[in-house]
Amino acid sequence: MEKLKYALFTGCTAKESTPEQMMSTLAVAKKLGIELVELTEASCCGASHLQDYDDFLSLVLNARNIAYAENHGLTMVTICNTCQLNTAMTKHRLDHNAELKAKVNAKLAEVGLEYKGTSQITHFLYAIIDDFGLDKIKEMVTTPLSQFNIAPFYGCHNIRPSELQNESHKSPESAYKPTSLDDLIVACGGVNVDYEEKNKCCGFHAELQAPRTAAILTGNAVAGAMDANADWMVTPCPLCHLKLDTQTHHASIAIGREVSLPVLHMQQMVGLALGCTPAELGLNHHVTKVDFV
Amino acid sequence: MDTIKSQQVTFKVFRFNEETDYLPYYNTYTLDVTHEEVVLDILNRIKWDHDGSLSYRRSCRHGICGVCSIKVNGKGILACKSRLFDLVDVFGSELVIEPLSTKRVIKDLIIDKKDFWDKHAAVKPYLVSDIVEHPASEHLVSPHDAEKLLEADYCIQCGACHYSCPALAINEEFIGPAAFAAAYRFSADVRDDASLERLHIVNGEAQGVWDCVKCMECAEVCPKEVNPIEKITKLHNMVFEANIAKNNVATRHAVGFAHSIEKHGLLDEGELVRYSEGNIGVLKHVPVALKMFAKGKIVLPWNMPKADKLDEIKKLIKSSSTVKF
Ligand code: SF4
Ligand code: SF4
Ligand code: SF4
Ligand code: FES
Repeated sequence: MEKLKYALFTGCTAKESTPEQMMSTLAVAKKLGIELVELTEASCCGASHLQDYDDFLSLVLNARNIAYAENHGLTMVTICNTCQLNTAMTKHRLDHNAELKAKVNAKLAEVGLEYKGTSQITHFLYAIIDDFGLDKIKEMVTTPLSQFNIAPFYGCHNIRPSELQNESHKSPESAYKPTSLDDLIVACGGVNVDYEEKNKCCGFHAELQAPRTAAILTGNAVAGAMDANADWMVTPCPLCHLKLDTQTHHASIAIGREVSLPVLHMQQMVGLALGCTPAELGLNHHVTKVDFV
Repeated sequence: MDTIKSQQVTFKVFRFNEETDYLPYYNTYTLDVTHEEVVLDILNRIKWDHDGSLSYRRSCRHGICGVCSIKVNGKGILACKSRLFDLVDVFGSELVIEPLSTKRVIKDLIIDKKDFWDKHAAVKPYLVSDIVEHPASEHLVSPHDAEKLLEADYCIQCGACHYSCPALAINEEFIGPAAFAAAYRFSADVRDDASLERLHIVNGEAQGVWDCVKCMECAEVCPKEVNPIEKITKLHNMVFEANIAKNNVATRHAVGFAHSIEKHGLLDEGELVRYSEGNIGVLKHVPVALKMFAKGKIVLPWNMPKADKLDEIKKLIKSSSTVKF
């Protein structure tokens, strides 16, 4: 197989509140022999909020990020669900609306850039599944996670709206019965746990504006995983991770029940199965202690 | 797929009669299903061949009246439009048939949609306009202007989004995706004069657009591709454009992104929370922030990373901004 190479859009969280996500991404890419060219010029994607204030500005900034991936001639890989949705949504809108694309490009021209629509955009989870292949992951596993019941938490912005998301997937994922993360857990030797909240929202995006709603959603998610006998949860989204890892105190109060589970980033789970050390994966950067390694 | 003409499917059907039952229960039926059948055909067969007391709503059988919406394995659908084989493809050959909201059941699959209609009525879902009683000609809307509705007028009020919305399930004041889509549909109409009034309604605290958790479920579930969350984003934009955005945590949270990107290219997470909450409000986040700090999860202001070519970003923000706060 030809060496896989992507333009990495890290998003902001990986540079700030989830340093372990950046560490584990790089560690796993190295193990898998995937080359990641970091888009150091990229700006924040607006995280689904900037567009509420200024939709056009959000489009221009996201188009600029994609233009940098295009200049490398590479597919853009994201490591945050919300980055994925915002960026893929921008691409979809520009690719389907010549007038809008021209308006955005008129702005990008001021800084010598152009959005062409030549780069695909995919989340690292799907790059691993679609391009690298789960069979190869299985072969490379040195530390199977067989003693663990692992609860997948998909995160809204990787699975909905599925019509948009599936534009970049090799095999379509259902928003109501997603399988990608379950399949990855199994490939790592773990036992995937089924529970109702696995494809539901963690509430992250309304944490400040609607704290009670957000806390109850977080509480329900962790409670669902606990009741299904999960030892820990795993998610491809650093925002879900922040919510589930750092906010269980509020969540427990909101749902009237003590809830807490270790939560791993998808990359950390793969890294553990491939024999990376806890330190390489930044497992010490979690608020809810990862006590099983 | 169509080479298989029929297959066996097991249906677990939710049953409850408000007048006689204390608790709901499920009846199970195993039927041979053919590839052209939709869920409504199965409900009819169960009613006509097995149990005449099964109750559900149906009328147009053409995806137009919106009354047949139910949930199958948690997915909101129109019974008359959803093919069985498509559902079996995703969920396997055991399907759970439930009402849109198990909290609001009157009988079996029939629910009381009063809350849905009340929310709908609350956004003034009609044109408000001074009518010329004897117009000289028809009042035409140009195709260009009609496009501004973004097909929000395709909504058939089936309620699938409303009863799948997690924000609404928790916060009963929340207006909800269908009513927001209706608010947008009439406010975007060039003939309408009540846009500002409606924007004040959707801008309200707890009930308004700010309490949406952005889960995208309303876009996923809608059988008419109304894409309510797209209209919710539009309403946010219209609130800012109309200059009625209140200076509160929700609006500052959206605006804060622009400030932060202009300064660093990236989001300054800590500063976003401080700016959104204000210097006093931010204090309630201190306990969690301290725990995060202890784990190396907080970047201090003087270590804030910056995007390369920040000058480009600053220039684009200057030239591409379309609103002010
Ligand atoms: S679950 Fe919440 S944080 Fe995760 S992707 Fe969805 S909205 Fe974002
Ligand atoms: S995106 Fe918002 S309105 Fe739509 S279902 Fe989710 S919370 Fe409800
Ligand atoms: S927006 Fe779609 S799902 Fe919601 S009520 Fe209208 S037709 Fe039904
Ligand atoms: S019966 Fe009218 S929409 Fe299904």
